[in-house]
Amino acid sequence: MLSTNRESPPPAAGRAAMKKELPDQFKDHRHVWVFMELERDQVHPVSFELLGEGRKLADKLGVQLAGVVLGPPGEATWFAIAEAFAYGADLAYLVEAPLLADYRNEPFTKALTDLVTNYKPEILLLGATTLGRDLAGSVATTLLTGLTADCTELDVDADGSLAATRPTFGGSLLCTIYTLNCRPQMATVRPRVMAMPPRGNNKIGRVIQHKVSMIEEEIVTKVLGFLSDGQSATANLAYADVVVAGGLGLGAVENVKLMKKLARTIGADYGCSRPLVQKGWMPADRQIGQTGKTIRPKLYIAAGISGAIQHRVGVEGADLILAINTDPNAPIFDFAHLGVVTDAIRLLPSLTELFTHRLSPHSRDKLAN
Amino acid sequence: MHIVICIKQVPDSAQIRVHPVTNTIMRQGVPTIINPYDLFALEEALQLRDRHGGEVTVLTMGPPMAEDALRKALTYGADRAVLLTDRHFAGSDTLATSFALSRAIAKIGEAFGTPDIVFTGKQTIDGDTAQVGPGIAKRLDLLQLTYVAKIVSVDINGREITVERRSEGGTQTLMSKLPCLITMLEGTNEIRRGSLDDALRAARSQIVKWNAADAGIEDLTKCGLRGSPTVVKRVFAPPERAEKAEQIDTAEKTPRDLAEELIAGIFLRQPALESELAFDGE
Repeated sequence: MLSTNRESPPPAAGRAAMKKELPDQFKDHRHVWVFMELERDQVHPVSFELLGEGRKLADKLGVQLAGVVLGPPGEATWFAIAEAFAYGADLAYLVEAPLLADYRNEPFTKALTDLVTNYKPEILLLGATTLGRDLAGSVATTLLTGLTADCTELDVDADGSLAATRPTFGGSLLCTIYTLNCRPQMATVRPRVMAMPPRGNNKIGRVIQHKVSMIEEEIVTKVLGFLSDGQSATANLAYADVVVAGGLGLGAVENVKLMKKLARTIGADYGCSRPLVQKGWMPADRQIGQTGKTIRPKLYIAAGISGAIQHRVGVEGADLILAINTDPNAPIFDFAHLGVVTDAIRLLPSLTELFTHRLSPHSRDKLAN
Repeated sequence: MHIVICIKQVPDSAQIRVHPVTNTIMRQGVPTIINPYDLFALEEALQLRDRHGGEVTVLTMGPPMAEDALRKALTYGADRAVLLTDRHFAGSDTLATSFALSRAIAKIGEAFGTPDIVFTGKQTIDGDTAQVGPGIAKRLDLLQLTYVAKIVSVDINGREITVERRSEGGTQTLMSKLPCLITMLEGTNEIRRGSLDDALRAARSQIVKWNAADAGIEDLTKCGLRGSPTVVKRVFAPPERAEKAEQIDTAEKTPRDLAEELIAGIFLRQPALESELAFDGE
């Protein structure tokens, strides 16, 4: 059923399959691992969010937290290791090889699977990014273990099993999933679902280096090129401090620019709900929600968005949600902090104008004096 | 060339209702659709066939009613449809699902020719895991190309394929070999309207129906609940937020008045924002 594309809902509990006796071959699996996602010398911030969660799990279990770094020889991998320590890892596993320079499924699957087989973690967490999902599926299938996608909550129960909670059916339901009788217990978490932990000053820990048993000639897939999204990118949307988004309440494609103008005025990034992508008014990588991006801004302004459950799961982490919608019964008012029942098309230009006034250097000077 | 595409019949998730007491999905009356992401993959498969010749076989695993989704895929122009259905598959997680599908694809290869490419959508809208595609690739030892935005070129004779793959913050161009498994991103290629001929052919087509044994699966412990390492222990509705939004009274106010009140409300709740918002005046 749920987590995992199940065919029909099994009874929720109390089945014979729920036996808790771990087979002997898995009894020496110990410690919590976080895969440090390193691409083009950058560590994806989801890795730090996962270290924060991993630290809590490791402390509850009384085990160590490890960061796993795969990459080409050079400074970037060691920087990633230092960052892993700064965000709470006790130790790091490192596989350095030129063939790990760009992400490719074959060598990364091989390297991570070898590490797991050799060093036996009980929990392995990865970011639910394009890279993390590509890799996690291959690794879990190779190891024939359970993998729970897009978790929103991770915990350990009384007997030390990982309890991974995830939304399903577009967020209509949540389910808590266990991996029984197999190790490691694997889970992916989307960027921004978990809070960013504070960065500590620790830069030191044990580093275990492992060689990858593969050579470039064995790898079929070659990377011919990479085109960065660059500055025009939506790469920032998930990590933006302020986000403005529009939904069907904008009424017409030309009104999208009212929303964009407000965003530009207050230095916000912008996005939309699913229907706008379906209508072709906005590109898919601007979509916020279950099948789009998860955001965690300090301020989120939702203009003409009804707030279906699929959207809600992507924005609940915002500190302050302001909702503008003509329908007083729109679900968005159930989870927004501040709401106004009015037409977003009429309100957006006034908001832009008054923010301009309020934020202009001139009026800021006046306020300061 | 021979292309196999895996599709899934899913409830139209925009219309999902949850039973308030039992927290189960109320499927009655909920329309089912072909998983939307699968349609992008299907269109891609049909275009490749049209360009290079050959056949497209569409495969689904599900209850007997999933036949409707296959019939629909035939009306779009797929050449053959296979329904993998067996009560032993009930409760399959992604590992068990990829096992059953990979066996069925191997069987399709024996019966109708080895596939050059296996397609799936990037994920389903009900399970949302994006794990079954990579699972099938690993089990069949196929090269794996996920989140493909565009197939740049396919050289059937040279067995080479070049694709553009979305990654975090950019697009990778990858060159790989056939046979491979591709999970397709939502793209610009909307599914075609099938022709009248396709519709007539779909109505007359026999759908191939296989149970576990037909698909060459002897070890039933790898299927369904028994073959699933993950177990759903608890299902519950998302908690309600305790407080609803504080509403700004709109009576007899101009948009300007409302904007003023909202901005005051924002800075009252988040005072630090006032100095943090980047001003981009014109």
